[in-house]
Amino acid sequence: MSGEAVLEVVDLVKHFPAGGLFSRARTVVHAVDGVSLTLARGEMLGLVGESGSGKSTVANCILRLVEPTSGTIRLAGTDITHLSRRQLRPLRRQLHMVFQDPYSSLNPRMSVGDIVGEPLRLHGLARGRALGAEVERMFESVGLRAELRYRFPHELSGGQRQRVGLARSLILRPQVLVADEPVSALDVSVQASILNLLRDLQAELGFSCLFITHDLATVEFLCDRVAVMYLGQIVELASRPALFRDPQHPYTQALLSAALVPDPSLQRSRRRVVLDGDMPSPLAPPSGCRFHTRCPLHAESAPASDEEIPELREYAAGHLVACHLVSGGNPAPRLAGNAADIVPAETG
Amino acid sequence: MAATLLEVADLSVRFDTDDGPVHAVDRMSFGLEPGEVLGIVGESGCGKSVTCMSLVKLLPETAVVTGRVLFEGTDLLALSPRRLRQVRGRQISYVFQEPMTSLNPVFTVGHQIGEVLRRHLGLSRAAARTRTIELLQLVRISAPERRLNEYPHQLSGGMRQRVMIAMALACDPKVLVADEPTTALDVTIQAGILDLMRDIRERLGTAIVLITHNLGVVADVADRVVVMYAGRKAEEATTDDLFAHPQHPYTIGLLGAIPRPYEGEGTRERLREIPGRVPSLRELPTACAFAERCPRADARTRSEVPQVREVRPGHLVACFHPGEEGAA
Repeated sequence: MSGEAVLEVVDLVKHFPAGGLFSRARTVVHAVDGVSLTLARGEMLGLVGESGSGKSTVANCILRLVEPTSGTIRLAGTDITHLSRRQLRPLRRQLHMVFQDPYSSLNPRMSVGDIVGEPLRLHGLARGRALGAEVERMFESVGLRAELRYRFPHELSGGQRQRVGLARSLILRPQVLVADEPVSALDVSVQASILNLLRDLQAELGFSCLFITHDLATVEFLCDRVAVMYLGQIVELASRPALFRDPQHPYTQALLSAALVPDPSLQRSRRRVVLDGDMPSPLAPPSGCRFHTRCPLHAESAPASDEEIPELREYAAGHLVACHLVSGGNPAPRLAGNAADIVPAETG
Repeated sequence: MAATLLEVADLSVRFDTDDGPVHAVDRMSFGLEPGEVLGIVGESGCGKSVTCMSLVKLLPETAVVTGRVLFEGTDLLALSPRRLRQVRGRQISYVFQEPMTSLNPVFTVGHQIGEVLRRHLGLSRAAARTRTIELLQLVRISAPERRLNEYPHQLSGGMRQRVMIAMALACDPKVLVADEPTTALDVTIQAGILDLMRDIRERLGTAIVLITHNLGVVADVADRVVVMYAGRKAEEATTDDLFAHPQHPYTIGLLGAIPRPYEGEGTRERLREIPGRVPSLRELPTACAFAERCPRADARTRSEVPQVREVRPGHLVACFHPGEEGAA
């Protein structure tokens, strides 16, 4: 697998020290605890989770925007975990990020043409007319009219700004694009055009993409494989069809059952798996399986789930699940009596 | 129709700004029956929140509101500030998107709910406490006696929103206006809040106006839907009818723009895009506001404002060329 992997994350851990300067207690936020994933060439991998799951911290560690506590990050075979800023610089070309908020991630004092061309300029790859031509080409790829180059971010709409963000991230033709909730701040109709664009660009340029989101429907639309995170750990990792058709981890099942389907009769016939309580604090994650405090199948998985951390094991080829109740070929019990409550397509 | 609880007619809201007037809402009309859940959907800037804030004059001074808002036959826009205060919070109450900014961080939850009860209903401290516990139980907060003494920051997002709902229900209002109540919440928490809304309607018979940008939320809980675009009503129908037979090209566009989950294998179809952008609200076009983005637009669409008319029983559309896609 590693021959094909463009990006490899092994056992990534990020703990943030918590408690103020003056507090005596040394507490630690377990933001990410042992996440491993690989991104194959040209693959779209969705990283799904709710707030506090650690999905954005994973992205920030990969980009080295925050320093991982431990673990290894390899970009095209090179270990970049401990490279200095200077050593990292030539590799930055291969790894770019698109942020959620296109308003705050663009410099308000630069024209958008300059913003898009800046990576080329900083890496000394193009100047003058060649730079201009490349910027123009990129504008066309992301569906922006060339004359918008001289405008400033505040003059553009949210969707246009996100296109600028994409153009800037892709102008160096990186191998890996990390997109952190790139459409969450946009209106539905604009979201659609950015999602379509991202898919077209990926087909055209062939980059790999780690797509981070809380929205299962966009993952379903865009991604080849999906990793589900809960409280700093991956609980399930599978191909898109396998995850949506045969979800195993009780948390994945609950998440799918809670997603709203824009079809009234179908939506109202579904039964939701309602989870008890809230996500526990990452300051003191539960022992054993981190989901055990809310798991509807806790009666079945106890006491093992209270003490032992379940390993991410293969349930079927390429389908990994971290649950005591799931092992090779043995599926987890369905949380809802009717499969359609969790995976509604089968009724339609 | 005789028992319409709330009737909004020809409601317009204009903000006079330094750069000239902004027409946020243009001649909106809709009705709300007792115990009904009405969804108002639209994208940002369509005027859905402004419409609902103007019902009991929650807007700042710069807003010029015209039209009528009849609540049980009384025009709220014509009421004196003192009389309006008796309606606001008591008969019509609100839940907003961000519970953290709507709660006062320096008072306990119990104090804040109790304040509503003491102010509006004149309950004693002890009676207010008992009722507060009841309310917290109603919104399914566990261990309410303990939660009473907690501060907003000690609660999770979902819990805070439940507290907000408890506070809004304190005076047993007839209408609950919920403005994007689940937008800031995670999916699994959202599910619980939507269940709670349904439960409130069923148990207390409260009518709910639910403002949202999320068509999934509408599909889940609303009986009827109003789709707004650029300050105007584009379409109105029962939820089932709207999703099954959308008539306005904007509604059709919106429904096609959402990725639908769980469609299985194979190449996924492209999402529908709506080209262009929402027109500026600075000047009201004497045309259909959607004309510039509409595949069905013609000369008339660009020179005349389409009036709302009934195209199927109970199904209203403001469009010169309504109809389902492919049907026309």
